Amino acid sequence: MKVLVTVKRVIDYNVKVRVKSDNSGVDLNNVKMAMNPFCEIAVEEAIRLKEAGIATEVVAVSVGEKSCQEQLRTALALGADRAIHVEAEQELESLNVAKLLAKVVEAEQPGIVILGKQAIDTDNNQTGQMLSALTGMAQGTFASNIEIKDDKALVTREVDGGLQTIELAMPIIATTDLRLNEPRYASLPNIMKAKRKPLETKTVEELGVTIKEHTKLLSVTPPEERQAGIKVADVAELVDKLKNEAKVIG
Amino acid sequence: MDLSLNEDQAMIQDVAKKFAQSELAPIAAKLDEEGDQAAFLANLKQLAELGFMGLNIDSEYGGTQAGSVAFSLAITEIARACAATAVTMSVTNMVAEVIQSVANESQRQQHLPKLCSGEYGAGAFCLTETTAGSDPANMKTTAQLEGDHWVLNGAKQFITSAEFAGIMVVWAVTDSSLKKGKGISCFLVEPNTPGVIISKAEQKMGQKASLTNEVVFDNCKVARSALMGELNGGYKIAVSELAGGRIGIGSLALGIGLAAMDYARGYMLERQQFGQAIAKFQGLQWMMSDAYTDLEAARLLLMNAADLKEKEQPFAKAASMAKLFASEKANQACYSALQLLGGYGYIKEFPLERYARDVRITSIYEGTSEIQRVIIAKALLDEVS
Ligand SMILES: Cc1cc2nc3c(=O)[nH]c(=O)nc-3n(C[C@H](O)[C@H](O)[C@H](O)COP(=O)(O)OP(=O)(O)OC[C@H]3O[C@@H](n4cnc5c(N)ncnc54)[C@H](O)[C@@H]3O)c2cc1C
Repeated sequence: MKVLVTVKRVIDYNVKVRVKSDNSGVDLNNVKMAMNPFCEIAVEEAIRLKEAGIATEVVAVSVGEKSCQEQLRTALALGADRAIHVEAEQELESLNVAKLLAKVVEAEQPGIVILGKQAIDTDNNQTGQMLSALTGMAQGTFASNIEIKDDKALVTREVDGGLQTIELAMPIIATTDLRLNEPRYASLPNIMKAKRKPLETKTVEELGVTIKEHTKLLSVTPPEERQAGIKVADVAELVDKLKNEAKVIG
Repeated sequence: MDLSLNEDQAMIQDVAKKFAQSELAPIAAKLDEEGDQAAFLANLKQLAELGFMGLNIDSEYGGTQAGSVAFSLAITEIARACAATAVTMSVTNMVAEVIQSVANESQRQQHLPKLCSGEYGAGAFCLTETTAGSDPANMKTTAQLEGDHWVLNGAKQFITSAEFAGIMVVWAVTDSSLKKGKGISCFLVEPNTPGVIISKAEQKMGQKASLTNEVVFDNCKVARSALMGELNGGYKIAVSELAGGRIGIGSLALGIGLAAMDYARGYMLERQQFGQAIAKFQGLQWMMSDAYTDLEAARLLLMNAADLKEKEQPFAKAASMAKLFASEKANQACYSALQLLGGYGYIKEFPLERYARDVRITSIYEGTSEIQRVIIAKALLDEVS
């Protein structure tokens, strides 16, 4: 069985994010970029499936600018066997990414596609679900456990009320939640070997997808700065303020 | 001229940084205070498994074969979080490099895979003696050939990691009739050999989690095959291998200096005095600018020395310049950073006092700043005479 695992290049989670002065987006100039943490979990799960003898090949795919090949190299250093870069210069919405991925799925015929539940840049949480709709593959989102037995998969999902386990018919789409696993560090010898692993490039045209814009980003603003707190004299004053000023209790 | 890192170097720096910040930073203060040796050794083992103990060792011996630039980058990132871990890693890498460059094939096969994989807790470099610090050629430890064995007698001082090392590279006088420095040879000694006595670790000012021991050789018998490199050619080995080690120590100093200034920079924005953030005071801004400029210059000197070494060009002068500058400027940076925190810099709840203690030794070990100047001066004068 082949595993297809998706990888997105995003701003490193340690970086203090700044909004561009014209409010057109987040400033990415000279900012450290990294693999989306949920994608790291996806890559780790894919490698574990291979180590457990369930998967035979791990293929990493990323849609984006040339620079996202860095994150594909990281996936290769972590243990993916080969990588596919779908070149796209513009920032794509989830649906366009899902359409491109659907073409890759069609060509690769994986038994399981593992995606992050969301990317920490736009927090859309859509691509996995859309890919499921486009391919007709069953979906297990927010996975905290994935078990594969022959032609069935048991996916434990993190839902609001606790954990929900569902049985899916293979092939499936899974999206990762935080507790699925703890990603390993890439070992240095594997980093050195990563550049000898195949990385194939495909264009949007080659995949035969027409990019369409469905949403338009109007403006990006930073969250309001936290105001200085005040000291209250007693519980009565606190309750009064919560009721009448903050209006958080009735 | 391209000063940017290649993809491998950037990725290695990245992994080092991630490991340092997630695994080392949270426990560095505790290690300094209490010296939890089990945790310290577990981190070293994990670093070895990731390939950090043989950064410049060929892959056929289990090394990473990533080059000296990657070595420098990795040490700096590890030192940002825990200088004690970084020095252990730097010395172990240096020991592996000595073995790779002068040992014979069977010695390499025997020891390098174990050093690189972490099967050996560390490697130890046993050169210094009480009478032979800056002047190692004045060493008194002897090795005498008796039948099929070398018999070692003497004592080595301040040996990093001796207590848990899997292999020690030991220098000893093999022919005292030759001119000073000409009759010294190099040996590979396993610490569990009878006659090796490792004394209790020294109580140090900083880098406390790393262990520094005296090693005594009392009629210590090692096989004839323990000789490494040419008989009576050992001093040259020490001199040339220390040059590579200096890139490690300079990089380590840089990491501590950066950690200190990064902390202070953040603090300047938070701390209010006279109704404003202290970052608004121009006098403090200048302290910060000077420190970061010095550290950036140190980084470039280190990258240059590492690049020369990687290209197999003469690099000893460049390495001494880089070690001298980086260790002195990192000391100054820690001084400034602590000053920027005011009284809080002096309090253990903040990391500055630890950085200031940890950085102090970098201008002393692997050749003091004075000795670096001696080496640089000699090279400069040799160029014109
Ligand atoms: C924590 C720690 C770890 C160490 N690890 C190791 C190790 O793993 N292996 C190892 O072999 N050694 C190790 N050392 C030893 C270290 O390298 C020596 O301490 C160092 O080289 C200085 O030698 P010394 O202490 O004898 O000082 P000395 O040589 O006595 O120097 C005293 C002072 O005189 C100055 N001086 C000496 N000669 C000259 C000169 N010609 N011109 C101008 N000034 C001069 C020095 O710069 C210094 O200021 C370690 C030391 C410490 C403290």
